[in-house]
Amino acid sequence: MRRTAAFGRSAGELTGHRAFALGRAADRVHALAASRATPPDTLHDVTASVVRALAAVARDAAHLSTPGGGPCQACGALSARDGETLANRPDGTVVRHGSAVAKAHAPGTDPVAHRTRLAVAAHPALAGVLLPPLPHPPDGPAQARPVSAWPYGAPVDPGDPDAAPWEDAAVLLARLHRIAPAGLTGLPGPLPPMRGPAKAAAAMARLEAAAADHPAAPDVRRAWARLPAWARGQSPPPAHGRVRRSALCHGDLHLGQLVRHPTPDGPWLLIDVDDLGLGDPAWDLARPAAWFAAGLLPPEIWQRFLGAYTAANGPAVTRADDPWPQLDVPAKALTVQTAALALAKSAAEGRQPDEVERAVLEACTRIGTQPPELEFETPS
Amino acid sequence: MQCPKCHAAMHTYNRNSVQIEQCSGCRGIFLDYGELEALTRLESQWAQQAPPAPQAYPAAPAPAAPAWGAPHHGGHHGHHRQRSFGRMLFSS
Repeated sequence: MRRTAAFGRSAGELTGHRAFALGRAADRVHALAASRATPPDTLHDVTASVVRALAAVARDAAHLSTPGGGPCQACGALSARDGETLANRPDGTVVRHGSAVAKAHAPGTDPVAHRTRLAVAAHPALAGVLLPPLPHPPDGPAQARPVSAWPYGAPVDPGDPDAAPWEDAAVLLARLHRIAPAGLTGLPGPLPPMRGPAKAAAAMARLEAAAADHPAAPDVRRAWARLPAWARGQSPPPAHGRVRRSALCHGDLHLGQLVRHPTPDGPWLLIDVDDLGLGDPAWDLARPAAWFAAGLLPPEIWQRFLGAYTAANGPAVTRADDPWPQLDVPAKALTVQTAALALAKSAAEGRQPDEVERAVLEACTRIGTQPPELEFETPS
Repeated sequence: MQCPKCHAAMHTYNRNSVQIEQCSGCRGIFLDYGELEALTRLESQWAQQAPPAPQAYPAAPAPAAPAWGAPHHGGHHGHHRQRSFGRMLFSS
């Protein structure tokens, strides 16, 4: 209810005047994105332009503003071009202005799936689970980067991961997974698939592009090849067997996907719906599971996370004392994904994988050399 | 039945009319009394050994882990490791 009220208030504040300003700033992002036949030496300039345009979107979403630019009436000294860049990656640029952030999503984002994911985040059934968006700008040209606007939430302190809200994350996931997808009416399109397997495949593509010749790459490939096709994003998940059910999934859980809203003491909420959709809910537990399996996440933190999930009746695993029948494949996939990105990143930075990255690479080696399962008969 | 080694669930398979329990985690195989002899008699190709006899269980059992998991956890808590893992915790 609290969330619905906050959302309603934001919507009420969106006058025609502000909607116009929001649309103009968004058009600039779209225009920039549409002109992205960009030689590498000007990529930085284009990125900077996207960031400036996003700052304007965030500014417009946060405050009453003057159409077409000028100083921000709410912040005075900040002009339309001022914003704090929170993230700037090819798959997402996020700029904050005051109480709002604007995000330019990945080029090539499916527009219907994107609008559906935003509508899920705004749906009353997800109140208290997903951060709802602010009214988002009109859609641009088909090839543009879609833009969305969100309230600013306070993230987990990266300098103090030990204080991370593991239990809150687990309970939010359990609540998300228990949402009946059929109850989400009024969406602009069908619920898209959760993009976890697609992201793992994209990580393998990055490995092949950036570090194909690294001595550790063959072990990563071997572990990848042993995953079932659905976990490699090459076929839909099976309707039976180890994938127990299809649930609404976040698709990219990590500690950067949690914020407190309202700041600074509001409840924790999940953010970033870019990979949200229907899939195996075990995928959302698989990254912490992979960290635990690699020997990186302390067993007691893994226990806290898993215990909070099962105590909240999360459906991804059938038994808290043995979650691995459901977690095994997704956790292997996340291990491969993390290892592939570690090789790509370390190659890009001209260094060897560090100790933590090596722990994940070693897990890949074990996955690739594990004795096969007895599969000649169905287990009883 | 739980695996005495890693505590994961064991699944029952039937091979040449002999019941075999295999751990879903570490893939270890458990044979009941007489089953190994039965398999030997049947001249099957099995060369695997039964997992070691149950050791003393730890007071607080460690969480179940997959067979491909790290042999042991923690031990290193250097500054660089913490910083690097901190980055990993926050990235896609």
